[in-house]
Amino acid sequence: MKIAIIGASSAIAHEAAKCFARDHAEFVLVGRSEDKLSVVADDLKVWGAQRAEIYVQDVTDLEQHEELLAHTIETLGGLDLILIAHGTLGDQRKSELSVAETLKELNNNAISVISLLTLVANYFEDRKSGCIAVISSVAGDRGRKSNYVYGTAKATVSTFLQGLRNRLAKSGVSVVTIKPGTVATPMTAHMKQGLLFAQPKVVGECIYNGIKKHHDVIYAPGYWRYIMFVIKSIPESVFKKLSV
Amino acid sequence: MFSENKQSPTSWGRYPKVKSKQVVPLFWRSELPDLASFDGSVLPYGYGRSYGDSCLNDSGVTLDASRLTNFIAFDDQEGLLKCEAGVSLANVLELAVPRGWFLPVSPGTKFVSVGGAIANDVHGKNHHSAGTFGCHVTQFELLRSTGEHIICSPTQNPELFRATIGGLGLTGIIIWAEFRLKRIVNPYIDTVSVRFESLDEFFDLSAEFEPQYEYSVSWVDMLIGEPNTCRGKFSAGNNNQDPDLAKKPLKKSKLPLSIPFDLSPALTVNPLSLKAFNELYYHVQVQKRVEKTSSYEPFFYPLDSIHDWNRMYGSRGFFQYQFVIPFEDGRNGMRSIMRFIAKNDEGSFLNVLKEFGTRKSPGMLSFPRPGVNLAIDFANRGPRTLRFLDKLDRVVEDSGGAFYPAKDARMSSASFKKCYSEWDEFQKYIDPKFSSTFWRRVTGEEKSPVLV
Repeated sequence: MKIAIIGASSAIAHEAAKCFARDHAEFVLVGRSEDKLSVVADDLKVWGAQRAEIYVQDVTDLEQHEELLAHTIETLGGLDLILIAHGTLGDQRKSELSVAETLKELNNNAISVISLLTLVANYFEDRKSGCIAVISSVAGDRGRKSNYVYGTAKATVSTFLQGLRNRLAKSGVSVVTIKPGTVATPMTAHMKQGLLFAQPKVVGECIYNGIKKHHDVIYAPGYWRYIMFVIKSIPESVFKKLSV
Repeated sequence: MFSENKQSPTSWGRYPKVKSKQVVPLFWRSELPDLASFDGSVLPYGYGRSYGDSCLNDSGVTLDASRLTNFIAFDDQEGLLKCEAGVSLANVLELAVPRGWFLPVSPGTKFVSVGGAIANDVHGKNHHSAGTFGCHVTQFELLRSTGEHIICSPTQNPELFRATIGGLGLTGIIIWAEFRLKRIVNPYIDTVSVRFESLDEFFDLSAEFEPQYEYSVSWVDMLIGEPNTCRGKFSAGNNNQDPDLAKKPLKKSKLPLSIPFDLSPALTVNPLSLKAFNELYYHVQVQKRVEKTSSYEPFFYPLDSIHDWNRMYGSRGFFQYQFVIPFEDGRNGMRSIMRFIAKNDEGSFLNVLKEFGTRKSPGMLSFPRPGVNLAIDFANRGPRTLRFLDKLDRVVEDSGGAFYPAKDARMSSASFKKCYSEWDEFQKYIDPKFSSTFWRRVTGEEKSPVLV
């Protein structure tokens, strides 16, 4: 399997990649830090990856996306799966006080994702095969005061993927929306780790299994589907007064 | 693991309880902090499977290395595996076993980091044939507070290599290590289990089986008293050599049990429950000698299937007491010690008796040495337990015994210096920024911890 991972230093993406490495997949790993990508590449090779090439690129630079995809496809000799995992967890409060900050978060987590999706969707549609998987979040399921800028970006991505799924269904292209809950990664290291914090390994395995089974929306771990069902069911007149 | 508020690391015996000034998680070996910049002394921490205070640094900084879990390279011709120090032995097995390799040495739990395995120079059921973990380490990278990354091996910085093996994390933090795995044909072990009725019979069985079997260990019941002193089950094993078994899929281990909350030792570990457990466990094997082939998991890691088994001893925790006495006084010495333990009515379920071999470890503070080794748990019953253990120390020392730092929470400074003649030499290699509660205690810098 030929796999491109955008944001390959993501702890969650790395764990999912390990599962594919055991199946001897070939990888192109894209990210900003050459050092971190090398660490991930070495690890995947030990776990069984046929190869793991690295490509250093900041994907918030939208103009590089065409070149990025072309390079990836040429390196692998094709593409079967793209896993988009890059992103930032900004400071909600900072965003509230600054338009520039808000727009930066939206660019990091939504616009840059949509740009890549637009390009890769066309590539897969032409070939009538392929799988697009994107790490969104349960935060996109409902806007909450504690993280609605992040949540908005993720909601944007989730809705975009929904539309894409609808468009590409007749072309045999899978579109997978991955919605992790809280996960214990470097991104959340500054937060108080509660009971609901899952380990990246568990989330990575959920993603691997969900992609293999062609699921549309993967909640990782699965119990988040039920938690979010409840959260989404609360009437707005009640929810607006809560501190969830 | 960390206490509920994730602020303070704990050890497996859950005693002593300490508070960390700061816990610093390490995520990338390419992005490590400047150790000199921290306020206070530092100590690396893996999975907290040491029992006492050797992995704790009260009021100091904890370097949480448990996220350094990447593999770096694997030479599958030579069996050389290079990985970050936070990789667990469980991870190593997950990688190695399907490829026909195994750990060269393994302690009784696989939830131990590679860094921790080196820092404690762990040993296992095959000590008499393979020595300690440190015997199989080829090189590692040590980060010191000066910012230097030092490669240590038997030929490069050999003194620092020897000091770090068994060095309890005090010489610096191991970032990655390389060690040699052992070739296996399949993941199964041919086991033999023999019930024995006396301490003398244990020694006879050791003499008979150890030359023929790579792995051996015994469980003992010390409550039966004289004249037999103890009874138990002698267990030995060899790697199975049938290539067809390599294709047989390993049964996925059943859902692990878990002890979700602290139990009261008064209920779980009291003279009645111990006697009942011992009777049951001794007699559950109906035949005197049983041979069977089983997968490696239950042979090597019987307790790993019960998560948090240390909770059985309650929130006050317990003391693990492990020592080795030289062969010269082996039989008589062990007899006196077991008698003393039985007389004082303190006991545990999990008593492990084994003979160590002669293969020397490179580690300066390495614990295993030729002799007879016994490991026991004692529930923490307060000052009376500490007093009993002090008296037990005298009995063990009378037979020339040495104690295992990875298990210890209360040995005296005098005992430590007596058991580890190289401790003075070792001190030269301690990084000035690194310290532990254990080290401050055994060098007499701080008094023994007050009982919680």
